[in-house]
Amino acid sequence: MLEFYGKSFTSRLLLGTARYPSPSRMAEAVRASSTEIVTVSLRREAGGSSAGQKFWELIRSLDVSILPNTAGCHSVREAVSTAQMARELFQTDWIKLEVIGDADSLHPDTSGLVEAARILSGDGFRVFPYTTEDLVVAEKLLQAGCEVLMPWGAPIGTGRGLNNEYGLRTLRSRFGNVPIVVDAGIGLPSHAARAMELGCDAVLLNTAVARAEDPVAMARAFAGAVAAGRDAYLAGPMEPSDMPHPSTTPAGKADLDG
Amino acid sequence: MRIIVNGTPRDVTGRVLSEILVECGYRHRHVATALNGEFVHQHLRQDTAVRPGDRVEIVAPNAGG
Repeated sequence: MLEFYGKSFTSRLLLGTARYPSPSRMAEAVRASSTEIVTVSLRREAGGSSAGQKFWELIRSLDVSILPNTAGCHSVREAVSTAQMARELFQTDWIKLEVIGDADSLHPDTSGLVEAARILSGDGFRVFPYTTEDLVVAEKLLQAGCEVLMPWGAPIGTGRGLNNEYGLRTLRSRFGNVPIVVDAGIGLPSHAARAMELGCDAVLLNTAVARAEDPVAMARAFAGAVAAGRDAYLAGPMEPSDMPHPSTTPAGKADLDG
Repeated sequence: MRIIVNGTPRDVTGRVLSEILVECGYRHRHVATALNGEFVHQHLRQDTAVRPGDRVEIVAPNAGG
């Protein structure tokens, strides 16, 4: 069973709540995905507006665990303050930590990430770091107190799939007991299945479901793909071979040519 | 005094953060606050003085990935 910071989950799909055609479609997609963890954010709100309150009530009605993010933060200070506000607002010490280093590619600032992770872990947060597949950064994040790693598949919102399977495989083999969640870049259910076949523990995605023509159907498709990929990993896939082997034995074939 | 609320200049009469929240339309609202980039816990808002030119951030739950 999947476990994050002592809490167990059946579903291995984490789902974002942004960019859906409407809040009700988002809620339907979350239910269809069978996810048990959704990501949320915090944003400025105009005085007198009730949008935030309505969103909060909708999220709570879904009866899922909430993982707030620090999306858009470009400095350690900004990320730490955002996490502190998120803890109060969402009443959880979980935080999906993003420290962005490049505004165009949304490439994580990995040194800032490690520093923020250390500060937040020391302050009692349970940090889910959005990182690259860099092995040394991963090691430092674990030393900083993280008990989960969230390497990207590809940059956020690109839907390109897994840009570096080798890097993900390396993380998996090096950190056998640390939950690895592929976060970002997943565009298709096959990408999610592939991440799971590699032995990753879960995937986190948003846009691939939210921007699908039918987000609810796509949420269901991702749930199936994640489960299939996990089953395949546990089943132990065959080793690829350069040489073909007939599936049907040649032995005993009738001689009909002579 | 003039302060910056969520990036917009605003004239307020309140002197502490809790008063400014009420003045700006956030009474009983589910929001989190920061003053000049530092988080201010909800229980500390009534003791947190705000000075001219200060930057107040007021955020609410939102969708996110």
